[in-house]
Amino acid sequence: MSDLLIAGARILGATSADILVRDGVVAQVSTTGPIDRPGSTEVIDADGLAVLPGFVDLHTHLREPGREDTETVATGSAAAAAGGFTAVLAMANTDPVTDTAEAAVHILDLGRAAGLVDVQPVGAVTKRLAGDELAELGLMARSRARVTVFSDDGRCVADARIMRRALEYIRAFGGVVSQHSQDPRLADGTACCHEGEVSGRLGLPGWPAVAESTVIARDAMLARHTGSRVHVAHVSTAEGVDVLRWAKAQGVAITAEVTPHHLALDVDLVRDYDPVHKVNPPLRPQGDVEALREALADGTIDAVATDHAPHARHDKEHAFVDAAFGMLGLETAFSVVHDVMVRSGRMGLSDLVERMSVAPARIARLDTHGRPVAVGEPANLVLVDPDASVTVDRDASHSLSRNNPWHGRTFTGAVHATILRGRVTALGGRAHAGEQEDRS
Amino acid sequence: MPRHLLSAADLDRDEVIEILETAASMHDIQRRDVKKLPALRGRTVINLFFEDSTRTRSSFEIAGKWMSADTINITAKGSSASKGESLRDTVLTITAMAVDALVIRHSASGACRQVAGWVDASVINAGDGTHEHPTQALLDAYTMTRRLGDLAGRRVVIVGDLTHSRVFRSNVLLLGTLGADVTVVAPPTLMPSGAAEWSRRDGFVLSHDLDEALFVGPAADVVMMLRVQRERMSGGFFPTAREYSVGYGLSRERVERLRRRNEDVLVMHPGPMNRGLEISADAADGLGSVILDQVSAGVAVRMAVLYHLLSGDHSVRDQDSGREGTT
Repeated sequence: MSDLLIAGARILGATSADILVRDGVVAQVSTTGPIDRPGSTEVIDADGLAVLPGFVDLHTHLREPGREDTETVATGSAAAAAGGFTAVLAMANTDPVTDTAEAAVHILDLGRAAGLVDVQPVGAVTKRLAGDELAELGLMARSRARVTVFSDDGRCVADARIMRRALEYIRAFGGVVSQHSQDPRLADGTACCHEGEVSGRLGLPGWPAVAESTVIARDAMLARHTGSRVHVAHVSTAEGVDVLRWAKAQGVAITAEVTPHHLALDVDLVRDYDPVHKVNPPLRPQGDVEALREALADGTIDAVATDHAPHARHDKEHAFVDAAFGMLGLETAFSVVHDVMVRSGRMGLSDLVERMSVAPARIARLDTHGRPVAVGEPANLVLVDPDASVTVDRDASHSLSRNNPWHGRTFTGAVHATILRGRVTALGGRAHAGEQEDRS
Repeated sequence: MPRHLLSAADLDRDEVIEILETAASMHDIQRRDVKKLPALRGRTVINLFFEDSTRTRSSFEIAGKWMSADTINITAKGSSASKGESLRDTVLTITAMAVDALVIRHSASGACRQVAGWVDASVINAGDGTHEHPTQALLDAYTMTRRLGDLAGRRVVIVGDLTHSRVFRSNVLLLGTLGADVTVVAPPTLMPSGAAEWSRRDGFVLSHDLDEALFVGPAADVVMMLRVQRERMSGGFFPTAREYSVGYGLSRERVERLRRRNEDVLVMHPGPMNRGLEISADAADGLGSVILDQVSAGVAVRMAVLYHLLSGDHSVRDQDSGREGTT
């Protein structure tokens, strides 16, 4: 592999430096003058750009195996690389479900074959996500895939006894349960939007915020009781944040993520019944959006995760209650979060790095990601242009799907290049071919 | 006039009054021997019903026929999702047959609004899930205005399962447009979510106490009872039919007391009725009941809606009609 020189990038948006990458590792960092460029060195002119550790997504749906018409590990990896990610956690709700070591290793290998991001499988908590029997958590953890994050995402582990046992059991190998916090008994089985004035007017069955906050509260107490770690997937309500804040103050080992869409979009968008805005958990009122922004800024919410959820057009073009849940997010995450949180002055670029790279890598125990930009560290990096303006075009996506709620919106902040172990995986929003093709 | 009728809120006051006036003249032809008007000759109206309906579908069908439109009924029971076809594909298949108006009933809230975004035809909402039923609200307003004249300042009390009622939603919007003074009554479990914010914003009154709503303050001009499905008991919405009936039913005693306060009070129900649950036989069949007038107004009001939506200036097909025969 040839050397890579990143010329004149500002480290975490601060000090300007030349960075030389050799054999996948940061070999030299010079803040005092340019580094020599031997002929074989690939150079990225990073003047005006910030260099950050590559983003880590705790929550991605890659749809392979089962729905390769909507996304594959390869196309999702390309979308992730274009979005500045160097690692993604692939959720277990595929068909078949990732509930065995073999299934987890299969996902890992598909990710390696695609070669654009590290694809780390999430294991199911319960067999087939059915919620009643534990999946082979230990075998998944001890497999080559080294699964650390377990989740029935898409469904809540609603049974308190199963949740308790799962938390106890994974303590043996330092795992974490990422919980889709939503009590299924507190909402109609057809619930499809936030329960409140908008759902009342529209005649849509809703999920009340309390369906989320009560499960977070229960799980916080179970985490304290078991001494295990629990992670709250896609927290979406102000009262959920209140419970988190309380639990953290008690010293409970609880972490949480928020999606870009819950930080930027609200329930009023549902008024025209366009299923592109149908997502689970649902878009909430502006008061919740504000509380989520505040909680992300003050660290109550540890991480941003996309919940990238590709769907075929024909699965979205049903009546609102019948349409599929979810929206795309990998390619737009940085732009949205940068615009809403950093450009607005709510937090700094270094805070964004903490929430999009460092904390998610720490939660998932990915020790080669979310590292400082320093000599000897793995070169998993992203170059961003904080001043560039981006208008989202859903048809320019690497995803096979087009359920993109950001289409036509303009944000300030763009991903310029993504680097995985010293290799450029995406440049200017376009993912490069994977390692396999590289070798041929 | 708007191109579609998806919500009672699509119409402003003048448009509502115009439709009600047209309905009055349409109503007169029901008494004629020859009931046909040529107004919509050559137009095609499809009644696309994804959910069972007897009175709404047949009244739209008769309305279309008396206006000389070609009327076709298509029943597509069961959600298209369960058949593997998307709603969009189902609807585009049907509208590929050059349709002027689609009258749609669907079990899913919002389905008509979604369809309106996909097709060129005018879309008329004939009931979408628990969202709206605007032509029902129009025929209710028609029935009220025939008896009461201008509804501004008139006191209307709506009682029943508001959470699951599209009739409530369209009525509260339309009666608001017409300036009526509306109170809605239900146990807290059958109030739509966010009803407090909604009522503050739109200026109607919420009550959980039927007797207070009927017998305290100015006397009601209209009491509209809504259907309560017995299945709701299993969802924990109320304990028993008996308890519901005692708390929220229009009993003989309540009707008598109402009539002592205002002997011209109107009793309404959009049907089908659960006699003995939300309404007693004495109330349904007694003096002041205009329940059959509501049914009889259905055809005239739907004729008026078809007329205004299909023959308005906005209709592209109208302006293009000269093109007929050139191909």
